[in-house]
Amino acid sequence: MLYREAGDFKTSYAADSQTFPIKFDRWRYWVVLAVAWLVIPFVINDYWANAILVPFLIYSIAAIGLNILTGYCGQVSLGTGGFMAVGAYSVYKLMTAFPDVSILIHVVLAGFITAAVGAAFGLPSLRIKGFYLAVATLAAQFFLVWLFNKVPWFYNYSASGQISAPERFVGGFAVTGAGTAPAAQYLICLFFVTLCALLARNLTRGSVGRRWMAIRDMDIAAEIIGVNPLTAKLSAFAVSSFFIGIAGALFFAVYLGAVEVGEAFGIQKSFLVLFMCIIGGLGSIFGSFAGAAFLVLLPVALKVLGVDILGWPSSTVAHLQLVTVGGLIMFFLIKEPHGLAQLWRVAKEKLRLWPFPY
Amino acid sequence: MKMKTFATAALAGFVASGPAFAELVVPDLSYRTGPYAANGTPFSDGYQDYLTLLNARDGGIGGEMIRINECETAYNTEKGVECYEATKGDSPLVYEPLSTGITYQLIPKVSADGIPMHTLGYGRTSAAAGETFPWVFNYPATYWDAASVAINYLLSENGDDLSGKKIALIYHNSAYGKEPIRTLEALASKHGFTLTQLPVDPPGQEQKSQWLQIRRERPDYVIMWGWGVQNQVAIQEAANVGYPMDQFIGNWWAGAEPDVLPAGMAADGYKALNMNRVQDYPVLQEIKTQVIDAGNGAGDGSNIGQVLYIRGMYNAMLTAEAIAKAQELAGTSQITAAQMRAGMEALEITNARMTELGMEGIGPEFSVNCQNHSGSGEGLVQQWNAADKVWVPLTDFITPDKSVIDPLIAEDAAAYASENNITPGCL
Repeated sequence: MLYREAGDFKTSYAADSQTFPIKFDRWRYWVVLAVAWLVIPFVINDYWANAILVPFLIYSIAAIGLNILTGYCGQVSLGTGGFMAVGAYSVYKLMTAFPDVSILIHVVLAGFITAAVGAAFGLPSLRIKGFYLAVATLAAQFFLVWLFNKVPWFYNYSASGQISAPERFVGGFAVTGAGTAPAAQYLICLFFVTLCALLARNLTRGSVGRRWMAIRDMDIAAEIIGVNPLTAKLSAFAVSSFFIGIAGALFFAVYLGAVEVGEAFGIQKSFLVLFMCIIGGLGSIFGSFAGAAFLVLLPVALKVLGVDILGWPSSTVAHLQLVTVGGLIMFFLIKEPHGLAQLWRVAKEKLRLWPFPY
Repeated sequence: MKMKTFATAALAGFVASGPAFAELVVPDLSYRTGPYAANGTPFSDGYQDYLTLLNARDGGIGGEMIRINECETAYNTEKGVECYEATKGDSPLVYEPLSTGITYQLIPKVSADGIPMHTLGYGRTSAAAGETFPWVFNYPATYWDAASVAINYLLSENGDDLSGKKIALIYHNSAYGKEPIRTLEALASKHGFTLTQLPVDPPGQEQKSQWLQIRRERPDYVIMWGWGVQNQVAIQEAANVGYPMDQFIGNWWAGAEPDVLPAGMAADGYKALNMNRVQDYPVLQEIKTQVIDAGNGAGDGSNIGQVLYIRGMYNAMLTAEAIAKAQELAGTSQITAAQMRAGMEALEITNARMTELGMEGIGPEFSVNCQNHSGSGEGLVQQWNAADKVWVPLTDFITPDKSVIDPLIAEDAAAYASENNITPGCL
């Protein structure tokens, strides 16, 4: 009923290969965008921005980034936290060195710097694969965190080794620093999420994305049909790190405001983003959003349910939260290894056939 | 995208807005989980039990009941920010996060929102400069005070001469652990000792290589800036490499029962600073009968009398005294966060008052004013007696070397003010 395809004709190749082939999906996509851009900014408050929506948007960018590398190109990476740290420290150095340049430019530049670092750490992928590559990227994770802790130049020689974001403005509105309105915080993240998602979607369905997927599915075969593994793998590392760098920059500058590298960008962050990709669905842009939403919202929802509604002790709820998230991760891996995105696809199939399944 | 709106709608039903009762709301950003739980739990228990005692015994403060709003942070800054946002709509009076990382996150936020924050002997040291940080308080002492107290103690042990000595600093590789380095470097150049820095990556279970280096270099003294599981591991490792325990001094966050008990007899003789005396105070008996036995304790009551329990209680006492002071200044019992700030700035703790409260001499006498938010900065040195399982105080409260610390605070505060366009001044 909802997913009616009758009368939804395609008369050109372009129409046939569009992102949302079903009319209802297209409409819903615009409705979601409209709500995100035109409704939420007017109703958002500090709690919704800081506890839910801003982290969700930022983790979505990181998950898209990792999904390009792991989901589309098949290169396992455990260096996400380290690459996010590169983004954060780049934007910090740029913000403090060039205070008059717009923060939007700094965030994009931070993405490019991270892309260069990511491509450098992607070089081993030309020789090694799978678990061995995971270990190589793990080295990137530890090396980068160590570097940002060790070299005082990166944190401008501050006494505590923390970096904190000074106040910066976009069109007269503060987007970093303490005086930021929740709507401004949300909108700048939404702006980058929208751009990144569009860019990622169009990269992955174009010739670049086909090369990545060919490498993922069978690298020898890909090479035989003319895909250059060097450019394909390194471009995947660079593009993936670009997104992750933007996520790291926003995470530091817009969301937290002050960051300690070991804690904010430690190995847990790499695992968290990897879980987002796995739970959400490898090789799916929607899956990146779904995974980020799942892992950001679930702990908050459990806390609200346990502490505020049921009145349990906060430590019990925190322990239960670990058990629940862990259990759900296992459940998903066993029951639906392709993640929430696959569940959604199956649900869509069923809706299209409803009420007469065959 | 689609998932978001769905989840938003689903969650909207859960989020309850805080009702505006006439109460004194005190959030407790505690951590009873994670690698720091062993130290976070007794502190939070002491903090909550004292406020519960005030409710049970005195009917709150100035006739207003206190409501504790607990939120679990797991010592994680992201969760700390979430807790802050979740509780700040409840018109809280003061935040006390017991984490230097969370403190750094919250300093700009509380300053913008106009809610005072009290960081008892932790947090950002330069917040002592009250004109630059009007909303942040770190009485009765700061990290830099602690570093200076430790060096002053060593000076008194060595006939006021540390020249040529080797001192190693083993520290939590985070904002917390890095905080004393600047002061120790200044003190090293003043007194002529060499300082070796040994960072331990948080949470700190892995520190074999640092202790091998200590075994090789044999420094005269080892100073530790640790927290949580790091302390337990360090004391065990020190015992393993045979480092003499009486030359090993922890700061005041590395000197409690959970730190030394796991090492058993090997920890005997370990020294640590303390900002509060540990005794069998009469108020502990009241907590036992009126809070724990009545079934209202925050924990199971097994931590009563421990170092961190008493420090949590001491923190709650300072908070309660500041609330009382604020009520007195404002002329009303239902105070706002801004009035609370004024109360904290006018706070004065005397020996007579501490005796009256049943905790004679628990901390140094001090007073807070607009220029100085850090109090007297005094600390004492205590030693662990493993056979009797008690901390034995070795000294009285030692005064830090303010001539070294004050210029450093002024310098750091001025840098912060210029970075953030703050014009220092009293509110």
